[in-house]
Amino acid sequence: MSQIVGTQAPGEVPGRLRLDRITKVFGSLVANDQVSLDIDPGEIHCLLGENGAGKSTLMNQLYGLLQPDGGQIQIDGVPVRFDNPRQAIDAGIGMVHQHFMLVDVFTVAENIVLGREPGTAGVLNLRAARQRVRELSRRYRLEVDPDARVEDLPIGVQQRVEILKALSNDARYLVFDEPTAVLTPQETDELIEVMRALRDEGRAIVFITHKLREVRAIADRITVIRRGAVVGEAPPSATESELAEMMVGRAVSLTVAKQPPRPQGPRLQVEGLTVTSPDGVVVVDDVSLDVAGGEIVCVAGVQGNGQTELAEALLGTTASNRGRILLDGADITRRDPRGRLRSGLGFVPEDRKADGFVGSFTVAENLVLNHVESFSRRGVLQLGRIEENARRLTEEFDVRTQSTTTSVASLSGGNQQKVVLARELSRPLALLVASQPTRGVDVGAIEFLHQRIVAERDKGTAVLIVSTELDEVAALADRVAVMFRGRVVGVVDAGTSREVLGLMMAGVPHEEALAAASVTTAAEEEARLEAEVAEHVAELTGHEPQEEQHG
Amino acid sequence: MSTTIRPHAETPAGDQPVRLESREERTHRLSVGVLVLLVGVLLAVLTLSTSGTARFALSDVFDEVQLPTLSLPGLPVVVLCALLCLLAGAGFVVGRLSSRLRALAGTVAGVAFLLGFLTWAAAGRDLPFPVSNQLSGTLTLATPLVLGALCGVLCERAGVVNVSIEGQFLTAAFTSALVGSITGSIPLALLAAVAGGVAMAALLALFAIRYKVDQVVLGVVLNLLAVGLTGFVFDQLVQPAAGELNDAPLLTPVAVPGLSAIPLLGPVLFEQNALAYLAIASVLLVWFLVFRTSWGLRVRAVGEHPEAADTVGISVRGTRWSAVLVGGVFGGLGGAFFSLAATGSFTKEMTVGNGFIALAALIMGRWHPVWATVMALFFGFVTQMASQLQTLSTPVPSQFLLLLPYVATVVAVAGLIGRVRAPAADGVPYDKP
Repeated sequence: MSQIVGTQAPGEVPGRLRLDRITKVFGSLVANDQVSLDIDPGEIHCLLGENGAGKSTLMNQLYGLLQPDGGQIQIDGVPVRFDNPRQAIDAGIGMVHQHFMLVDVFTVAENIVLGREPGTAGVLNLRAARQRVRELSRRYRLEVDPDARVEDLPIGVQQRVEILKALSNDARYLVFDEPTAVLTPQETDELIEVMRALRDEGRAIVFITHKLREVRAIADRITVIRRGAVVGEAPPSATESELAEMMVGRAVSLTVAKQPPRPQGPRLQVEGLTVTSPDGVVVVDDVSLDVAGGEIVCVAGVQGNGQTELAEALLGTTASNRGRILLDGADITRRDPRGRLRSGLGFVPEDRKADGFVGSFTVAENLVLNHVESFSRRGVLQLGRIEENARRLTEEFDVRTQSTTTSVASLSGGNQQKVVLARELSRPLALLVASQPTRGVDVGAIEFLHQRIVAERDKGTAVLIVSTELDEVAALADRVAVMFRGRVVGVVDAGTSREVLGLMMAGVPHEEALAAASVTTAAEEEARLEAEVAEHVAELTGHEPQEEQHG
Repeated sequence: MSTTIRPHAETPAGDQPVRLESREERTHRLSVGVLVLLVGVLLAVLTLSTSGTARFALSDVFDEVQLPTLSLPGLPVVVLCALLCLLAGAGFVVGRLSSRLRALAGTVAGVAFLLGFLTWAAAGRDLPFPVSNQLSGTLTLATPLVLGALCGVLCERAGVVNVSIEGQFLTAAFTSALVGSITGSIPLALLAAVAGGVAMAALLALFAIRYKVDQVVLGVVLNLLAVGLTGFVFDQLVQPAAGELNDAPLLTPVAVPGLSAIPLLGPVLFEQNALAYLAIASVLLVWFLVFRTSWGLRVRAVGEHPEAADTVGISVRGTRWSAVLVGGVFGGLGGAFFSLAATGSFTKEMTVGNGFIALAALIMGRWHPVWATVMALFFGFVTQMASQLQTLSTPVPSQFLLLLPYVATVVAVAGLIGRVRAPAADGVPYDKP
């Protein structure tokens, strides 16, 4: 793998961008440990790794946002050094950031020309800017309105702007950092088409992701990175479980063992719930939903379609305008969050760092954070009982921490989430609401968290999971409620195909989605067969690109 | 299991999201309504003490063209204004007005309150209310406020909160008085004011951008520093030799030939001192800089989303520094007003909170140079009105008069402006990833 590549004569592949033994250290953490990577024109190179494996750190060095502590970057065999993004951009490197680097209140044109504004004597020429955007848009067939304000655009279009911004500097090496996290499956397909078209023009594409399915769909080459170091390359034909094993370092099961649900009567009843944002936009629109005890209902949808607000309205931190929430038949709509927690609501927030725990508090303190009154007598904390509780829970939930007095901020994402879940599940619950329960959590911990959630279901608790990851929905759900623009488009069975769910996530009602999906799947099947035949032919004639697996 | 499924068939990408009144908006609407109603009630109470005719003089004795004095029947006008306020307030409270109707109701309420209040104050008095004095005084008093607000616009658009406009004023007032006294030259005194303002701005930039000090605390500290420093030097050096060191040339009103002869407008707009003209030009200049130049685009970018600016190769710190220093130029000119246009000398703490009013104008003007100017003019108007009314010897204590206009300010701001949105990264130091 990397070492072998390293011994080849430099510049063997014209236009090759090479990261050569890049090392980056933050304090005591080695974020990148001698990482080597070759990025070749005309190739889609997938960089696969878990959250926190060091992918983004590596790419930030390539883009000049960070400077490596060791190793070098070479283009065509010539060492280059990027002290700032401008130098990287001038060398032909472009980046489509995970969190879009767009100024919300600017127009599309202003965003695209920012940093290289057309004009004379410092006076901005907005007409030329618009013209530039139109030309780019036409050339790459990525349609955008140059005068639209970015904040008014849907996420998929914002990403298009981000791509055009990189292309406007004529990037030859394009890095896509987790680009599909915010897209529907259909938008993801479109993005994959765009990436292929750019590759076919001779550009080099680096695709950073932790989603195995996408890697297999698109990669010409896969490099797996774990704990800051390259683990090895994998052929695009590798199976998902092979890739997962390389990524995690041990065999992982990607499915949760789970009995069929035994739903009892409805425990959570939501009736006509409507929530508005502070400026009056309806974000949850007349949602009615039941969750029975002993079943898991997943709310699926693209980020920003009202799921967050729905979860917050269930907890009571966001006020609802209309509608009722019943828990075990009791109307809790007017209760405050504390009252709802006491009625048997367990809540795992979407952003655990901001809302899930107090980072500077210890593990033990965080584990009693929302029911501290039961661990105190006359207002004085009973430290012994808190400590005992912490010991029991850290063991039960396999929280990897040095001690119960370690601050939660210093734990890994997966262990932080275990602390949050342990706290919520340590009380008898009627309803568990969990938003993105495994976001930013390593694959090993995902397995564990999913098992605990299923176990809670089997105790008879009603479970509502909000997730934007279809893999998670498939793993957990007994029923799926799909949300689009604040409405529940439909509630469907767990077995519903990805295509249908994807269409529903774009607002297509269930029946129509079913009809449309059966057409696309037939067409896709045909395309897949064709590709397979081509692959066989290539194998026979020996024109396969080099893809021996090392390591 | 009861699940409402609504078909959501055709959803074109660009359609508008559904809107409902949110709790925040409802609270805002109701509080504005109640406030406007209270103002209406106040006017209604004032009708009890209104008698006689209210006279408004449109020109004073020195003007070339003499305009007639306007006479309004006191009681009917105040009653009408009270009714208008009550109506507008009721409109806010009762129903959801469209944004256009809401702006109209807010404007009507504001104008009605001012007119009603002035009529009440002028009714039955011996002297007419001098309208042209009122307006030209407005512009004069607003001059430092406008310049200070422009200084703030530049800083805060770039993401640096500037609470130290007051300190920049004071420092510039001092340096310009000193240099003006020594050289006797107004241009040199203005240059010294700019230098003083820029120096204070440089301190702000250094600690806010480089050392990432909390910007509000920093602003307060810089204000105290300016008070202490100018006070100390003034006591030690200037005061003992006040004849030579504290006798700056005074900016006198300059009439623009021709234009100053226009009835009413002429004396108001074209018989001002040089700094007032400079302030008007500065508004246009800052607007142009911020919205029509590459530099302005970059300034706004680093104030909204510094990471985005950084990733396209813009130096966030460099751009912020430049914006704060350019802001210092206007802060300095604003400070020069106090020593060069108002008094011709420096006294300790002579800026008396004007920097903070400029800050308020900037925020109420939504970080926009033109709106900030409008707000600055409003504050100037209010201050001038209070002093005019004192000379009319109205029957209420002058402190009360000084208070009332601010009620109008709150009403106007709450009703017309509503929620304001600061630049997203205002006050947030930039840390590289």
